[in-house]
Amino acid sequence: MRHSRRQALGLGLGGLVAAALPFPASAALEDAIAVFAGGAAVGAGGITIDAPEIAENGNAVPVSVSAPGAVAIMLLGAGNPEPVIARVAFGPGAGGQSFATRVRLARTQDVVALARLADGSVIEARAAVKVTIGGCGG
Amino acid sequence: MAADAKPRVKVPKTAAAGEVVVIKTLITHKMESGQRKDEAGAVIPRSIINRFTCDFNGVNVVDVEILPSVSSNPYFEFEARVDAAGEFRFTWYDDDGSVYEDVKAITIA
Repeated sequence: MRHSRRQALGLGLGGLVAAALPFPASAALEDAIAVFAGGAAVGAGGITIDAPEIAENGNAVPVSVSAPGAVAIMLLGAGNPEPVIARVAFGPGAGGQSFATRVRLARTQDVVALARLADGSVIEARAAVKVTIGGCGG
Repeated sequence: MAADAKPRVKVPKTAAAGEVVVIKTLITHKMESGQRKDEAGAVIPRSIINRFTCDFNGVNVVDVEILPSVSSNPYFEFEARVDAAGEFRFTWYDDDGSVYEDVKAITIA
């Protein structure tokens, strides 16, 4: 009986921590999107994101984004402790507005890509990725 | 970290004038996220590459701000337009102040 009470407490604490974690991350996500958009409304279309539906290893998930006409792209993991993954600015020497990299995903979540076009408008695409083993360690 | 960060870059040797070429880069780096803890429970301090740039003959192609959610041994793939023969210059900036560079030449076929 003593053991079960201790275990129950431990489980309860763990559950509280797990429940508390996503909230600061999602606020940070909205802040990062607002800063990137700079007051422009976020639209859809004209941007494609390519990510696996299921990632066995969250430490290296291949993600590619393509947004013709974009001057900058931002990549975010909606459920990561630090949601912003990378910000890419395309210079005059860029041949096309696409970018591919490998990212860490802490858990199953949406990967969000935003692109800012030359006229200042901002577009968004999302891809849901199921993560089997999270990529944040600890 | 500076000693074992080894950049690897894949650029075609030749291109037609005006052609868009795909460039792939990778650099060995542990990209310590600052989220992990050691056995004693202390947070391992962040140590990542925080910026990557590629220029072609002095004209910027991409400028990437990198955060800890980019995987270890960061890999990037992007496109550049080649109007004339010249040199691609790749630069990685480490949190510890180190700068890693690589240069690849391309000729017009």
